Amino acid sequence: MSGHASTYEPKTGFTKWLDSRLPVVRLAYDSFVDFPTPKNLNYWYTFGGILAVCLMTQILTGVVLAMHYTATVDGAFASVERIMRDVPYGWLIRYIHSNGASMFFLAVYIHMFRGLYYGSYKAPREVLWILGVVIFLLMMGTAFLGYVLPWGQMSYHGANVITGLIGAVPVVGDSIKAWLMGGPSIGNQTLQRFFSLHYLLPFMIAGVVILHIWALHVPGNNNPTGVEARKDKEGLKQDTVPFHPYYTVKDGFAIVVFLIIFAAFVFYMPNVLGHADNYIEADPLVTPAHIVPEWYLLPFYAILRAITFNIGPIDAKLLGVIAMFGAIAVLFFLPWLDTSKVKSMRYRPVARQFFFGFVVASLLLGWCGAANPDDPIIPMGSDKLVVSYTDANGNEATQTYEEYAAASTFRDQKMSEGVEASIAVEKAAAFRFVHLAQLLTLYYFAYFLVILPLLGLRENPKDEPASIHKAVLGHDRAAPAPAE
Amino acid sequence: MKFLRFISAGLGAAAIAATAQAAGGSLHAHEPEGGWAFEGPVGELDMASVQRGYQVYREVCAACHSMRLLSYRNLGEPGGPFYDPEYPNANNNPLVKSFAAQDEILSTEPNDVGDYDFRPARTSDPFKSPYPNDAAARAANGGALPPDLSVITKARHGGASYIYSLISGYPSEDVFSTREIPAEETPAAESEAEAEGEGAEAVDGGEMESAEAAAPAGPTSETVLKVSEIDSSHYDFSKYKGELVQPVGQYYNPYMAGDVSAQWRGDPRKTPPGGFLAMPPQLSDGRVSYLDGTEATVEQMSIDIANFLQWAGEPKQSQRKSTGLAVMIYLLIFAVLLWFSFHRIWRNVKH
Repeated sequence: MSGHASTYEPKTGFTKWLDSRLPVVRLAYDSFVDFPTPKNLNYWYTFGGILAVCLMTQILTGVVLAMHYTATVDGAFASVERIMRDVPYGWLIRYIHSNGASMFFLAVYIHMFRGLYYGSYKAPREVLWILGVVIFLLMMGTAFLGYVLPWGQMSYHGANVITGLIGAVPVVGDSIKAWLMGGPSIGNQTLQRFFSLHYLLPFMIAGVVILHIWALHVPGNNNPTGVEARKDKEGLKQDTVPFHPYYTVKDGFAIVVFLIIFAAFVFYMPNVLGHADNYIEADPLVTPAHIVPEWYLLPFYAILRAITFNIGPIDAKLLGVIAMFGAIAVLFFLPWLDTSKVKSMRYRPVARQFFFGFVVASLLLGWCGAANPDDPIIPMGSDKLVVSYTDANGNEATQTYEEYAAASTFRDQKMSEGVEASIAVEKAAAFRFVHLAQLLTLYYFAYFLVILPLLGLRENPKDEPASIHKAVLGHDRAAPAPAE
Repeated sequence: MKFLRFISAGLGAAAIAATAQAAGGSLHAHEPEGGWAFEGPVGELDMASVQRGYQVYREVCAACHSMRLLSYRNLGEPGGPFYDPEYPNANNNPLVKSFAAQDEILSTEPNDVGDYDFRPARTSDPFKSPYPNDAAARAANGGALPPDLSVITKARHGGASYIYSLISGYPSEDVFSTREIPAEETPAAESEAEAEGEGAEAVDGGEMESAEAAAPAGPTSETVLKVSEIDSSHYDFSKYKGELVQPVGQYYNPYMAGDVSAQWRGDPRKTPPGGFLAMPPQLSDGRVSYLDGTEATVEQMSIDIANFLQWAGEPKQSQRKSTGLAVMIYLLIFAVLLWFSFHRIWRNVKH
């Protein structure tokens, strides 16, 4: 790995015996002890380890929760509450699991932005990146399935919205939808298969994580300079340190700090990341006022709802679905969309500005996803009152007013003449959330499909350091520290 | 410093989550004066208040509202309002046993001849429900289903503050007036009770039917309230010039999630906040006689019932906070140790 020969030497009779039959200790030693790791990794690089902890936490707590959970429409809601009330430390296990999902996504988004910034998706790490996107997709699927299990109002109606999206796919959509739901509508059969799949997918994630780590250990870690660690013996020694103890302790510190934030949510605000409506048992007949997904899916939800127009024969709903899935699909092609040979944005001053714009756009998309699309952000003018009535010739007529007093006087006067009249509000023009979401969606796709491909061909990157070793020394000499 | 940056990134994500909580057009719930004792990382429930709240629940709320997820034994378990260290097993707690025994419930097990008898509840039984099922509850309440109160503080934005604000936030009598409807005026527009965007308390299909059924006969009078005259120290209602027509069997409350625009006679651009619910104001001074001698004002009872429901929504909350403190201390010490280990291990490596 990294052209690095194994330095593992079995010491005892047993390990020698084992090593010649199944060199699993050697694999672990080479991967997590002696593995040469660039010495300049910053804290943004600790999120891989944090994510491993998140996955293990979710699987362990999830297995225990599954022991007590009842996957029926009549029993699910009460069984989750029973876990919190009567299972010893059930409240802890359940809160870790539900907040753990949020923490998992928080970490994965930071991990992905890190990869975007330092160009970790570029050769020779394309497969590593693609496997990461696969994990992200599986995570979203798992989170969605898991959110349905408590069988609250948001569980049910959220599931309705998402399965409805699949129904928008032409020709096969309805069949897939019925197959997913196990019938014509969401019911007991849906809950049971979602539970089954929710238990399955995390192990698929774990499998892809193993491939992800494998694909990481072939080329070795990227690093903030984007300059590869040298392969020759002397260069490798100068550029890297063994993973253990250098990165076990650094990752360990970051993991514990992350756990402090995690624990703050679990113990002091366990429900703040969820929606209150999900503590109301699912009722198909009562639809919540605003159906919103969990926070980590909001940016994609905003993209879905931003498409309010048809293009040719494709209607807005299908376009929205295409845009939403496209927002993730585009990540698969990113290694070939970014044409720059320079990996790290430290040395790409122009691209860096666009990158920060992309981060802001993603956060704002989340804001749009949470808001009502029709709510104004910047009102232009004030709402007017329109009185509709039937005029003397029997035609529909309207009269517009600023003041309510004048409008109501006019209406009452018409009413007293025996004419039907009513007042309605004419909304003033405004820059609304849907408009912002459209602009941001445009930027989201432009970043990947236009900016990165063109910029790589046209920009003038700064000089990269000759090696990690040189970069570290330069960094140490208090040269203007490149902001990252 | 670098790592401060990633914490701020985390907070950014949390801020997005917070915006997801944006509620509809009801007033923001507010705390009672002096706040809640249970707030904050070390706040504990005011158990005397929770005990009084249980009395209010039994004597007032329990007439219509079930609490299916609670059992009598919960009252005497650690963290519960009647926990007594002398009886670590709540099932032996005489107070809890007497609370249970005061309720007659339909046994869940058949007797010798296969019939189901009424019997006094045991500590292991769930709280007695006022109605055998949802259909009976609707039938007895004009079509509206009184929501189960087990997790109500978790199921509403604002939690205990919402309960407190709602229960004590009905407009006072003096803003209401009853008016005869002139014969030629059609009440059809008014009878269409709005039903959009409400939770379990919402006016549902059943309620609509009963309202519509009454329409052909035509009510001869209507209850109207002047919103601008509502006296509140928390919100300025004076800007809502106009009248709200209260549908029959419905009660206006500014803290209720909903939409009153269909019932609003006034500027439609300034529709008052809040909604209608089928529950009339429940509390009046002296409605219960507190066993501990506390004066039963509406304010006091509202605080007490909110405290009780706060406990009921999460009986393990005090355990959660005390465990949390130990975990936090442990993690902080661990982090400090790792920080120094990190610096020691890396001391000879430029990075």
